[in-house]
Amino acid sequence: MNTESPIIKPTGLDIARIRADFPILSLPSNGKRLTFLDTAASAQKPRQVIDAERHVYEAEYANIHRGVYDLSQRATAAFDKARTKVRKFINAASDREIVFVRNATEGVNLVAQSWGRKNLKEGDQVILSEMEHHANIVPWQMLREAIGIELVVIPITDSGELVWEAYESAFTSRTKLVAMTHVSNALGTITPMAEIIRVAHDHGVPVLVDGCQAVPHMPVDVQALDADFYVFSAHKLYGPTGVGVLYAKAKILEAMPPYQGGGDMIASVTFARTTYADIPQRFEAGTPNIAGTIALGAAIDYMESLDRQALLAHEHALLEYATERLRANNAITIYGTAKDKAAVISFAIQGVHPHDVGTILDFEGIAVRAGHHCAQPVMDRFGVPATTRASFGIYSDFDDVDALMRGIAKVQEIFG
Amino acid sequence: MSDLRELYQEVILDHGRKPRNFGPLEGANREAHGHNPLCGDKLDVHLLVKDGLVADVKFEGAGCAISVASASLMTEALIGKSEAEAKALFEKFHALITSDEDVSLEQLEELDKLAVFSGVRDYPLRVKCATLGWHTMNAALENSGETVVTE
Repeated sequence: MNTESPIIKPTGLDIARIRADFPILSLPSNGKRLTFLDTAASAQKPRQVIDAERHVYEAEYANIHRGVYDLSQRATAAFDKARTKVRKFINAASDREIVFVRNATEGVNLVAQSWGRKNLKEGDQVILSEMEHHANIVPWQMLREAIGIELVVIPITDSGELVWEAYESAFTSRTKLVAMTHVSNALGTITPMAEIIRVAHDHGVPVLVDGCQAVPHMPVDVQALDADFYVFSAHKLYGPTGVGVLYAKAKILEAMPPYQGGGDMIASVTFARTTYADIPQRFEAGTPNIAGTIALGAAIDYMESLDRQALLAHEHALLEYATERLRANNAITIYGTAKDKAAVISFAIQGVHPHDVGTILDFEGIAVRAGHHCAQPVMDRFGVPATTRASFGIYSDFDDVDALMRGIAKVQEIFG
Repeated sequence: MSDLRELYQEVILDHGRKPRNFGPLEGANREAHGHNPLCGDKLDVHLLVKDGLVADVKFEGAGCAISVASASLMTEALIGKSEAEAKALFEKFHALITSDEDVSLEQLEELDKLAVFSGVRDYPLRVKCATLGWHTMNAALENSGETVVTE
């Protein structure tokens, strides 16, 4: 049975055709054309992903790694195939290095609780940046409370870039890990991850990369980066919620103790002694999100059916166009003006709170994020309680930017 | 809701821009701090309660137009009210912006200026904004000393 979802290869880059793959984009929002500019929070799903998930439940669903019957074997094969797709997608060396989790947040927690508790002790230091998402801050703070590690926070510049000298000079004999974002969700900054990792490795320090915002935008090669850990969520990659990926080098994973105990992660169990399964199953206790994981495979197929370089160029063109139009408005301040940016723009309109901006834009059918973007330290850095954020995806087009500008004009008319 | 103007009425925009009774209150004897973690809004409400009456009330903080205007109009409505009346007004205001039932003319008269917030009920995510000041005031009356969190 064919487990692949049918994919039509677009010729060149036809955004209208991509948009047609996303059923939700054809539905009105508040009676208007939906302008979805909150892809950085969670991306919409193409029909291919929705169909793949439905297909699992309709035609090949059973628990995996258990049954000897045909249906279970087919579900198992489809699940394992998704792991191979993920491995190829980020160019990991082996399927054994791909651990399925609930989301990137769980990936970070897994590393903190398993690798961290085994390898870190009181006084050891973990380097973070000022622009981390809460998901890459709080798990380390919990470890700090539990075992007394120290967190070293590298500041960012006014444009939202890592203060490089501060990073280079932050290493001490007690530095044991760097945990840093590849692309800032609040500012859009693309960090120089290959360089960040090179410097850390020069000090013999491994690096965990939060790749949530990077993977949907640009091709990621974990071997070329030489990342030790790399986490991302399926739902930001046009896949389903409830599935995330933790990549880790095999030799590191092999030395890590289990994170949770249960079924599917054991080799044998007696009341006297349990031996654990090999990697990656050792970290996948209990029945996983089977259909969601297979649907993540479909999302990867979908992404790979597109010309990703052309998409990157398109998203960049949207970013430049939106930036130029926002800059032309004197009442608007853009937060995050790094040279290297993904298609995310955080901004403030003078005299109008982001929540009011969000409500008025919503009335115009425009969905943006208004708030702290789960990155309160970034907000504190720029001295604002919140910002309005427009983020673009593979289905975003220039009409979306124009709609945003019309919406902003409406905000200013009301608050004028 | 037919028009955004029903939510963002002139009175709300005006009080959002120029909040009344804004600032510290010397001699305040009841205070509380309110926080909406969703949007980062933070308000402090200071009350001077004398002989069971709200003799004076002020608030400070930062927030969206809805939360600031609501706190501002609240302070105007509270001065001179008894504690029981203040709490009853909070109940009525809360009902105005959360109930599915039609608002009677009588209710609107009782709420007076506060009736401008009736449009908020169509925006469930904004109810927390409109009630942050009120919840904080309520906590101050009870003098719980705890931070009020709406999310």
